[in-house]
Amino acid sequence: MGKLLATIAFGLTLGVSGLAMAEPLKIGMITTLSGGGAGLGVDARDGFMLAIKKAGDAEISVVVEDDAMKPEIAVQIADKMIQAEQVDVLTGIIWSNLAMAVVPNAVAQGKFYLSPNAGPSPLAGAKCDKNYFNVAYQNDNFHEAAGNYAQTQGIKKMFILAPNYPAGTDSLNGFKRFYKGELAGEVYTQLGQTDYAAEIAQIRASGADSVFFFLPGGMGIAFMKQYAQSGVGIPVMGPGFSFSQDVLGAIGDAAIGAKNTASWSPDLDNAANKAFVEAFKAEYNRLPSIYAAQAYDTANLLISAKAKASVKDADAFRAALKEAQFDTVRGKFKFNTNNHPIQDFYVREVYKDADGTLTNKIVGTSFTDHQDAYAAECKM
Amino acid sequence: MPTALIIEQLLNGLQLGVMLFLMAAGLTLIFGVMGLINLAHGSLYMVGAFACAAVAAWTGSFWLGLVASLAAAAAAGAIVEVTVIRRLYDRDHLDQVLATFALILVFSEGTRWLFGSFPLYLDIPPALTGAVALPGGVFYPVYRLAIILVGLAVAVGLWLLISRTRLGMRIRAGESDREMIGALGVDIRTLYTVVFALGAALAGLAGALVGALQSVQVGMGEPVLILAFVVIVIGGIGSIKGAFLGALLVGVVDTMGRIFLPQLLAALLGPAPAASLGGALSSMLIYIVMAGILAFRPRGLFAAGA
Repeated sequence: MGKLLATIAFGLTLGVSGLAMAEPLKIGMITTLSGGGAGLGVDARDGFMLAIKKAGDAEISVVVEDDAMKPEIAVQIADKMIQAEQVDVLTGIIWSNLAMAVVPNAVAQGKFYLSPNAGPSPLAGAKCDKNYFNVAYQNDNFHEAAGNYAQTQGIKKMFILAPNYPAGTDSLNGFKRFYKGELAGEVYTQLGQTDYAAEIAQIRASGADSVFFFLPGGMGIAFMKQYAQSGVGIPVMGPGFSFSQDVLGAIGDAAIGAKNTASWSPDLDNAANKAFVEAFKAEYNRLPSIYAAQAYDTANLLISAKAKASVKDADAFRAALKEAQFDTVRGKFKFNTNNHPIQDFYVREVYKDADGTLTNKIVGTSFTDHQDAYAAECKM
Repeated sequence: MPTALIIEQLLNGLQLGVMLFLMAAGLTLIFGVMGLINLAHGSLYMVGAFACAAVAAWTGSFWLGLVASLAAAAAAGAIVEVTVIRRLYDRDHLDQVLATFALILVFSEGTRWLFGSFPLYLDIPPALTGAVALPGGVFYPVYRLAIILVGLAVAVGLWLLISRTRLGMRIRAGESDREMIGALGVDIRTLYTVVFALGAALAGLAGALVGALQSVQVGMGEPVLILAFVVIVIGGIGSIKGAFLGALLVGVVDTMGRIFLPQLLAALLGPAPAASLGGALSSMLIYIVMAGILAFRPRGLFAAGA
């Protein structure tokens, strides 16, 4: 019944749209602002709001709420934003399990959802939706890029490590999709684990040439500090999340020299990125992370679509989003048939910049115009 | 199976065990003497880590940070005892759980308000960096060895305090009969505050020591708290000796299980299913051990007053 009403209301708004182009755009942002994962959400919010502020468009309004990294809270907030606050677009979710809880419901009610981070494989494949756009990546991408890098470097024996949850298995599967050498070990750790002594002892005994680990947030900080102390000394690599700006300060010098893969880096050479990094530093007095960059792109994509079409005219707005004509900080950006990006992936290295801040610089390219492995399963 | 790996894992288990003991000792003392379930014990661990990181960053000295962590956690414990916990001794356990859970939220958001959302940096002091060669071809980080020594020293110190001093005598008396020692003229309110602050200081010390190895962030205390509860349930609630042996048992079983269980399964099932099944099973292992012990000793290994 609710769905029927929503459909009728949707039809009515379609009927009256087209009269006025300059419709207000109301955005609901659900992200993680408290608890252990707050650093990622705070960066996403700050990047997003920076773009909105720069646009200076009084017709765009944003409501931000904290999901505390809990799926049930994210679902409640999404319902409230859709029902009571009547937002046109939802965005902001960092974690894949939360995205899986919120996105299918939101797009079923005719809302747009733009993902600034999470890219679970079902939403890229069988469960894709015309109103769901992922502006960041499909979950496997960074790990595929790392696997490809390890393969092209001719590494013979890899030790690979990830937490035991869906994005962790996606990670190691993505890595193995492109890395064809021998595995000296494949270990799943507990989600939220903070002591890695047992795993490090295994790495020492494995005789691996290199270690790949996907441990976002505090898990990666703990692993890297303990790894540096252990004196094992086998080179480490990871997806960009393991060496992102939000954790580098806490890892300290132990991270220097580590290779990691991402679609963006603070030194990526294009005018939009230079302006973004400068503005972010001026506004928040710290360097942006990958999460901030992706959210900044998400906001600019929305702003570019709003300039072309009213959000009340869903078909025109969707077409405007799909064109993706905005100044991306990643240099180039376009959507695949499943509304996920086709983009380049770079190999980055952690170093200490002139101010003594730990950050990443690009040292190579792993993939050019890479698309995800699930696009063929998406029937839109 | 190389011997070096087994020795290294035993040391890792020992190190995790003494860390858990620092947490569990305070928890079990507070339960034994005051009959209070303190969920906010993990927050005091976090307070210790943040105090150490902040002071170490400010002064450049880890050792000053360590002192600050003891002082800050003990002070936070004493303040919380006087303002909140004191009202809970006569309430039932559900009220205590609710109130101390609220304290977790207050501590977490307060810490975020003070220090921001990003993890803090805290490094190992230069004197304790690197790894040393031990007999048997084992390389082991100096800092982890130091933690083991500190933990054992604290265990001996606590044993002396409780068995040889007047304060310890009062604590033991408090465990046996709270009302009677009050009637004998012992200032029970001050004793409670002192015991609570002592437990808090031990948690703060654990937080600071572990903070240098891990990530100093909001919410770091709760996973440790769960393990500490497992330890005191295995050891027998209220027993320091039980907490010590329980902590070592949990530390060694958890560490050994994480590495050898997947390998054992791999030999039986092949590598692919063993990786995820082994990971899942080894994270359950300590709870299985706990269930097994409780089946035979329902009040734990060394139940107080048993």
